[in-house]
Amino acid sequence: MRAIFEYTKGMRDQETHYCPGCTHGIAHRLIMEVLEEKGKLGEAIGISPVGCSILAHQYMDVDMVEAAHGRAPAVATGIKRVHPDAYVFTYQGDGDLASIGMAEIVHAALRGEKFCTFFINNAIYGMTGGQMAPTTLEGQKTTTTVMGRDPAVSGNPAVMCEMLSQLKGAVYVERVALNSPANIRKAKKAVSRAFEVQEKKLGFAFVEFLSICPINWGLAPSDAMKWLAENMMEVFPVKQFKNPLEVK
Amino acid sequence: MEERRLMKGNEAFGLAAILGGARYYFGYPITPQNEVTEFMSRELPNYGGFFLQAESELAAINMAYGASAAGGRVFISSSSPGLALMQEGLSGLASIEAPVVVLNVMRGGPGIGNIQPGQADYYQVTRGGGNGDYHLIVFAPASIQEAMDMIVEGFEIADRYTNPVLIAADGMLGQMMEPVTLPSMDKEYSLEKILKTKPWALTGHKNKRERNVIKSVYLKQELLEEHVLKIFEKYDKAVKELPSFEEVDLKDAEIVYVAFGTTSRMVKEAMELLKEKGVKTGLIRPKTLWPFPREAFDGIDKSTKMVVSCELSMGQMIDDVKLSLKGRLPVSLINRTGGMLLTPGEIVERTLKLL
Ligand SMILES: Cc1ncc(C[n+]2csc(CCOP(=O)(O)OP(=O)(O)O)c2C)c(N)n1
Ligand code: SF4
Repeated sequence: MRAIFEYTKGMRDQETHYCPGCTHGIAHRLIMEVLEEKGKLGEAIGISPVGCSILAHQYMDVDMVEAAHGRAPAVATGIKRVHPDAYVFTYQGDGDLASIGMAEIVHAALRGEKFCTFFINNAIYGMTGGQMAPTTLEGQKTTTTVMGRDPAVSGNPAVMCEMLSQLKGAVYVERVALNSPANIRKAKKAVSRAFEVQEKKLGFAFVEFLSICPINWGLAPSDAMKWLAENMMEVFPVKQFKNPLEVK
Repeated sequence: MEERRLMKGNEAFGLAAILGGARYYFGYPITPQNEVTEFMSRELPNYGGFFLQAESELAAINMAYGASAAGGRVFISSSSPGLALMQEGLSGLASIEAPVVVLNVMRGGPGIGNIQPGQADYYQVTRGGGNGDYHLIVFAPASIQEAMDMIVEGFEIADRYTNPVLIAADGMLGQMMEPVTLPSMDKEYSLEKILKTKPWALTGHKNKRERNVIKSVYLKQELLEEHVLKIFEKYDKAVKELPSFEEVDLKDAEIVYVAFGTTSRMVKEAMELLKEKGVKTGLIRPKTLWPFPREAFDGIDKSTKMVVSCELSMGQMIDDVKLSLKGRLPVSLINRTGGMLLTPGEIVERTLKLL
């Protein structure tokens, strides 16, 4: 008998603290699967953010460090200077990356830092209980926009792939969605390309994952998946923005 | 062979860091320490090191955090308002127990203040400007030579205590020139060698060891308390091992000054002038601001009637002076602030008024 699916080596045998239906777990597994398939778990150094995934190091079986809120790209920059051949990645939520850490991510991209950033866009602040995120949609209700986000008061959603793809140093930029098996397979391919970009030292690689937060959206996981497809994908189109010739 | 050179303070500080083994520097321009950043950009690559101009002090300290967690020997520098932005990272570094040497070339404050020398960062550097329970180990040099020696020693101490070490210099030391003897360069600081002494560093586990996790989040309160207590065991040791000071003429002194950094040099000149007038004075010069050298005050003679804290601030170190004296003697303040300097003449004049 041949096993057709095995527990991902890079994931530790441990229950996660994520809410039922949360897509953080899927994103974790994709990253670890790619590193496992490349045989690079032993070369990887991850940076976990402030947000629900702060304890990602409990689940990912690689060297990891926690960064202060939003500073993961700066921390990764320091690590990559010391270990230029390591497979360094940051894993960040939308509050962490697109709000408090906006300067750090933009400057990492400007410098063409040779690490990967995996960006979990769930359009809300998960850990602190459902406040508005920079990626919250117009009209979306959160605990700090109870009438729905009003652009006249609190601006428009941050479109990170569109912004970062303008920068020369960001050589690989792709937005994927974690809402269906087909999209998850595509997401894995994007993770794999991002690490290949790093392996070949081509520049900064950025993958945005459209994700769900059923608890703070107040939706059952299956409805949350639908909401993602019907609402988020319009504002955050799923596509590859940039891919260097050297990477297939 | 000892090498003597005439050097500008800021450049000498940078050179000392390199000779002390620093191979990673992250900086953001701010006066009066720009020459440190410029020097490192020119010189560090010549020693196989990495220089990076960060987008902010916030980024610089977090780059230092990453490089230190990865096992690198890291030096950073800034001046007062920049140091304020670094507090998040300093608290983080103390919590993850990672070494780094930080140079603060202090200037006038509060706010943007000005670019003249100041000592009003005393609270910021000794009281833990960041959140939570932690200390920085703080040295206060009074000459360029002493600053160089403290920077070199600072790396050893940062490694030994796995804690940030801060060198509190001021704009005057940074900008002036003095002859110095260069610290020796006979030690080897290859990354492989350094990593052998840091089994906790992030390197990738290479499938040879358990993964290393460097963290400062302890969601269970029992575990955070345990973590803090463990860090404070190191601080207890530091309080026993590190306090350092210079004492001058304490015997028979009527007045004892307490002053650190460049201010102590003005005080020494004032003491000479007062000697001519028949007033006997002494000086305690803390070389470490944290741990503060409380035992220095046991050396105060029975002849002493008053202790005077001389500072370029509204009186911050004076708190530690009072804590050290435990009410044994009256304590006065002779100070200037906002970037103004205390001249020996002014110290003499104000001392005579106190008598
Ligand atoms: C300096 C600082 N400010 C604020 C917080 C509080 N905080 C913790 S998590 C978080 C938001 C995280 O949201 P996001 O990045 O979207 O990640 P998610 O929890 O949704 O995965 C905030 C504001 C903090 N820990 N530190
Ligand atoms: S709060 Fe949202 S993002 Fe956080 S674990 Fe729960 S579902 Fe996931």
